[in-house]
Amino acid sequence: MNMDSDEEFNSNSNVDMSSDEGFLDQDMESDVSLGDDYELEASDDEEPDIGFDTQDKDVKPRKEAYQVDFQVLSPADIQASQDEQIDEVSAILGQPPQNSAILLRYARWNKERLIEAYMDKQDEVLEAAGLGSVATEQPPRFERVPNFMCDICCEEGDQLDTFAMKCGHRFCADCYTHYLVSKITDEGEAARIKCPGDGCNRIVDSKSLDFLVPPAVKGRYRELLTRTYVDDKENLRWCPAPNCEFAVDCPVKRKELFRIVPTVMCECKHTFCFGCSLADHLPAPCVLVKKWLKKCEDDSETANWISANTKECPRCHSTIEKNGGCNHMTCRKCRHEFCWMCMGVWAEHGTSWYNCNRFEERSGAEARDAQARSRQSLERYLHYYNRYANHEQSAKLDKDIYIKTERKMTQLQSASGMSWIEVQFLEQASQALQQCRQTLKWTYAFAYYLKRNNLTEIFEDNQKDLELSVENLSEMFEKPTDQLQGKKVEIMDRTSYCNKRRIILLNDTAENLKKGVWEFNVEMTG
Amino acid sequence: MLVAKRLQKELVKLNEHTPPGITIVSTENFQEWLMDIEVLDGNPLYQGEKYRLKFVFSGSYPIEPPEVTFVKDATHPIPMHPHIYSNGIICLDLLDRQGWSPVHNVESVCMSLQSMLTGNTKNERPPGDDDFVRRNTQRPRDISFLFHDNSV
Repeated sequence: MNMDSDEEFNSNSNVDMSSDEGFLDQDMESDVSLGDDYELEASDDEEPDIGFDTQDKDVKPRKEAYQVDFQVLSPADIQASQDEQIDEVSAILGQPPQNSAILLRYARWNKERLIEAYMDKQDEVLEAAGLGSVATEQPPRFERVPNFMCDICCEEGDQLDTFAMKCGHRFCADCYTHYLVSKITDEGEAARIKCPGDGCNRIVDSKSLDFLVPPAVKGRYRELLTRTYVDDKENLRWCPAPNCEFAVDCPVKRKELFRIVPTVMCECKHTFCFGCSLADHLPAPCVLVKKWLKKCEDDSETANWISANTKECPRCHSTIEKNGGCNHMTCRKCRHEFCWMCMGVWAEHGTSWYNCNRFEERSGAEARDAQARSRQSLERYLHYYNRYANHEQSAKLDKDIYIKTERKMTQLQSASGMSWIEVQFLEQASQALQQCRQTLKWTYAFAYYLKRNNLTEIFEDNQKDLELSVENLSEMFEKPTDQLQGKKVEIMDRTSYCNKRRIILLNDTAENLKKGVWEFNVEMTG
Repeated sequence: MLVAKRLQKELVKLNEHTPPGITIVSTENFQEWLMDIEVLDGNPLYQGEKYRLKFVFSGSYPIEPPEVTFVKDATHPIPMHPHIYSNGIICLDLLDRQGWSPVHNVESVCMSLQSMLTGNTKNERPPGDDDFVRRNTQRPRDISFLFHDNSV
């Protein structure tokens, strides 16, 4: 039998996609669901008071439609959960833990399958897992054997410490250690280190290993094992942030990624997609994100636009570089106020902001002309790309501003006698801006792939509302420090409004995605 | 030093008895050895030829495999074989980290290569040989071979 096949092992974890919430709690080996007592409810009509604790997931009493259950695991948690499963299998199979660990790794941690297969064909499974026929277990120990000659170093002697696993391939202790250290530190192997004997498939168990290698190497060995463990489990994924040691446990399956955008936040505060490890790309599902990024990589369509970090003032034609997050531009030279997105006069934006976020498809009359059509599709793409890139750029600029804000917070504190806690509203505003811009950015990629229909209209309305609220907040944020104190309440209100608009937009998209009612203009295939 | 001790012992053993078709050419130091091999069973592809093998030992030999290549000179061609590139690089799982066991040694590698040649009937180079030879600047140990063919 071929136990290595993924298909084979995962086939019993099929999930019924028709159930709306059922798939969130299936096939969980350990009790990791956060959300058992949370309600899955639509939140369109929630009370507006969601302002200050939305950043704090622990305190948050309810789960939004766009959120998924997940749990952050520390290296110790991951170790504990492995140990727990190993102990359980040991108890059932009557194998010592170090052997159960090898069996589980071989079975890619599919316990049920392993037990079933083991009961069925014990010898075959043991053989394939690298445990050969098991005689009585005794703790690993050094032996001295008369007339011994080590096949690795060719050293001979009765006084030599030697070691062998159950397979009986005996080498001197130094060589065995040397071999294991080299496998672990140089080759990064752990789960499938074989006996050094030629052609022997016996896997080195952790007990023998502990006996032979120095503590530092043991640590590395455990690290590597844990890495394999997380890679093998579909419900686990490493946090992709640099130097982050945490993993996230989330029950969302690969095949559900068309219906759900599983966005998780690590202990280190990095927010990423559990499906593809990219940074938070709500509300767009992974498959569209992949398509979009691929499209954007294609220079032919975007080269002009990528280089366009500067624009000319519509009135005096001075070249202007955008150096802050807000779209409201005031020309230094002629004081002309305009919108960075549409280059229109800013004064008009109070009432006709929608001109900036919607792309009106041209009438079908032109469509017959092939050139016009390709022109239009390019323009359409650029419309969305431009806005996508703009928010990406703005988010970066907002971040820079935040770094300055920290200084502002300190200044404000000393100038106004406010406490550190009292100036936290600036940090919250900055976080809201970052998060909303991240979302807005992806709404444009999402919208690019949407067919025009009523749902899309609603989506664009939500997008418009969020965009407007973000630009409003962003503008406040750029005020000089001395004005900030008086604006505290206003900034707090706008922050909370931004967060609320974001949740509304995300819930709307997530619910429709779950129901499968979005119509896309591309195939939803990877 | 494990390398030196081990190679010293190997050399003593080889000097006592060298298997048929294997000749020691140079073993002056413990970094690089040259060995000649012949195919003795009359395989027409290799009849009457001597092939020169270069063994390069790292500090981790025999935990790590030695780097083994055929070398070409006026009297020693590179044998024709679907797993041997014309620049002398050999694609053999035994010489890769995964297939290597520290129990192997110079003698067993020579014998494996002899038998690899003995069993071959194809008078050809690996697919893509021209390209590989022109472009390859890597050392054999850094190339990730795919050992897909277990028949030869």
